[in-house]
Amino acid sequence: MDLLTHAFTFLYQIGDAFSFLVLSACGLAVVFGMMGVINLAHGELIMCGAYVTAATTRAGLPLPLGILAGALAAGAVGMVMERLVIRHLYGRPLDTIVATWGISLAATQGTLILLGSSMPGIGTPLGSFTVGGYSYSTYRVVLMVAAVAVLAGLYLAFNATRFGTLARATIQVPHMAEALGVDTRTVYALTFGLGAALAGLAGGLYAPTMTIVPTMGTTFIMEAFVTVVVGGADIFLGTAPAALVLGTVRALLTTWQGQLFGQIGLLVAVILVIRVLPRGISGLILRERA
Amino acid sequence: MMPRTPRGSRLPALAAALLAGASLAAPAARAADPIKLGVLEDQSGDFAVATIGKVHGIQLAADEINAAGGIAGRKLELVIYDTQSDNTRYQEFMRRVLQRDKVNAVFAGFSSASREAYRPIVDQLDGFAFYNNQYEGGVCDGHMIVTGAVPEQQFSTLIPWMMEKFGKRVYTIAADYNFGQISAEWVRNIVKENGGEMVGEEFIPLGVSQFSQTIQNIQKAKPDILMTLLVGTAQASYYEQAAAANLKVPMGSSVNIGQGYEHKRFQPPSLANMYVTTNYIEEVDSPSSKAFLAKWKAKFPNEPYVNQEAENSYLAVYLYKQMVERANGSTKRADLRKVIAAGDVCVDAPEGKVCIDPKSQHASHTIYLAKVDEKHAISFPKTWDGIQPYWLGKAGCDLTKKDPMAQYTPSNPPKP
Repeated sequence: MDLLTHAFTFLYQIGDAFSFLVLSACGLAVVFGMMGVINLAHGELIMCGAYVTAATTRAGLPLPLGILAGALAAGAVGMVMERLVIRHLYGRPLDTIVATWGISLAATQGTLILLGSSMPGIGTPLGSFTVGGYSYSTYRVVLMVAAVAVLAGLYLAFNATRFGTLARATIQVPHMAEALGVDTRTVYALTFGLGAALAGLAGGLYAPTMTIVPTMGTTFIMEAFVTVVVGGADIFLGTAPAALVLGTVRALLTTWQGQLFGQIGLLVAVILVIRVLPRGISGLILRERA
Repeated sequence: MMPRTPRGSRLPALAAALLAGASLAAPAARAADPIKLGVLEDQSGDFAVATIGKVHGIQLAADEINAAGGIAGRKLELVIYDTQSDNTRYQEFMRRVLQRDKVNAVFAGFSSASREAYRPIVDQLDGFAFYNNQYEGGVCDGHMIVTGAVPEQQFSTLIPWMMEKFGKRVYTIAADYNFGQISAEWVRNIVKENGGEMVGEEFIPLGVSQFSQTIQNIQKAKPDILMTLLVGTAQASYYEQAAAANLKVPMGSSVNIGQGYEHKRFQPPSLANMYVTTNYIEEVDSPSSKAFLAKWKAKFPNEPYVNQEAENSYLAVYLYKQMVERANGSTKRADLRKVIAAGDVCVDAPEGKVCIDPKSQHASHTIYLAKVDEKHAISFPKTWDGIQPYWLGKAGCDLTKKDPMAQYTPSNPPKP
């Protein structure tokens, strides 16, 4: 057991925790950061992505296309949700909590009633590799790459496209954007759909590694909220660094004292951050910049 | 918000009216009244995968008994509530079946947490409850009959067998609540008694679904045997992730396969090389098991799997019938316990002969060692007949003499 193996082991664990936090949280961060909507049904959108991915993959679609289908399906569900419920609650964050929590309960129980209590898994592809006596799942590396790719993709979407410009304008001063001819309702709907699609993507990516059940969203949502709270409203200045910090905290504590302390560490980190930085990491960065 | 309250305020009145109606409708008990059995099981929520079969097992047994004329001339009537994998519901429904529905016995509970949630209510209201579930052991309570297997039955068979076959270095990963903690203590003790060595132990909070670090810790400790006492669907993700990381340590478990039929639900080969001791699963290849399965599939053709707890629930109804008949038709708890104290309440169950131990009111079982292969097919390398739930009695629980209504653990045995 040499130093290099130790270093790789540790980086792999940080990468693993980082990708889980980023992929769980980025959809939530888009919706919360840009629209101020606290979406407690985020976990169920992840579950939706996982179900669609598992179903389409079992039906014969290659896994990458299955994951894409999961993301698109969750995005579509998100747009419907926005049209029917969320749209009527803009500017009322407390009411969105209650409404989306209701949607979350209905979605979990509805899935249980319609599709039964569990769905057969699809198996993790790509096998394993070995470094210094330890074996690792190759697919976990794909998840890490996916997390970085999602961040890069979001950066481009918000900074290099017309949709991104309109979205940022709408978010900053909605009535001014409207006065300048921006269809803010469509922008909101699309942004919510994007957040939902990112949730679906996370579900699709993790579907091959997990038991697929109606309640699977709950295992994502705590991590997602922790990351968004620590990160603050901005995805690039907040979610990504928060996931890195929390991933490191979790990997350190889990290596040292086991899974329980990893979880406690995340929650303690949140308490410390909201005490010291009420607007999260991105709040700190943006304040210093301004 | 305000304009909505008048409509809402009618609800309590409506509920009160319904309750009043229900109590008026309840007639005075007559001799030919049915025997009422309360069934509190999780038909939705987290545990539903493993527990829907428990309700069906009770329904199947009740139908068979009713078709054959009932118990001592009285039909069985089931009062079934869905407890939704929620401990508060257990408490609420347990009060309801005992106080309002006035059932003669209750069949209730999957998780140890739910059992401990309702047990004080059964004790307080002097009910009689069957816990038909595999669990961590130790409940010494005259109001309870336990038909599920306990650690001394599952581990005292499994662990020595595995240590002989694979080696003596053992690592345990367990769910971090009473079931996992107490079961892990059992593993520790039995490994030590058999000259083995614990090389690691990790408790996983319920709801954790990511296991990279745990997998690495196990690889570091290089155990010969890994005991997996994981519970719930989030923790079940462990197996897929361990298989993807090519972790090939032989696994032993007291909870998988027998309850959640994971070998059917998970993609092979994630459970390859797992060994489980269970008192029943539908693969058990005996004439009585096959006959049972045929009856079951005829009544519930859409049942995904007939698990250990389904069979436990089924045989529990027959144990109850046996007790009531021996007590000359009485359903009073005191009379039934006199019958149990005689020590020969036994039924021929699908698994084989099952008897109630009078000291602990737990059931003896045939224990099957199930091996899961690469394709998730099941074989049975070994069977043990008539394994007694010996620990509680040996530790000093004797329900024929006193009733402490407590749960004990190996490190906290009954006080003499």
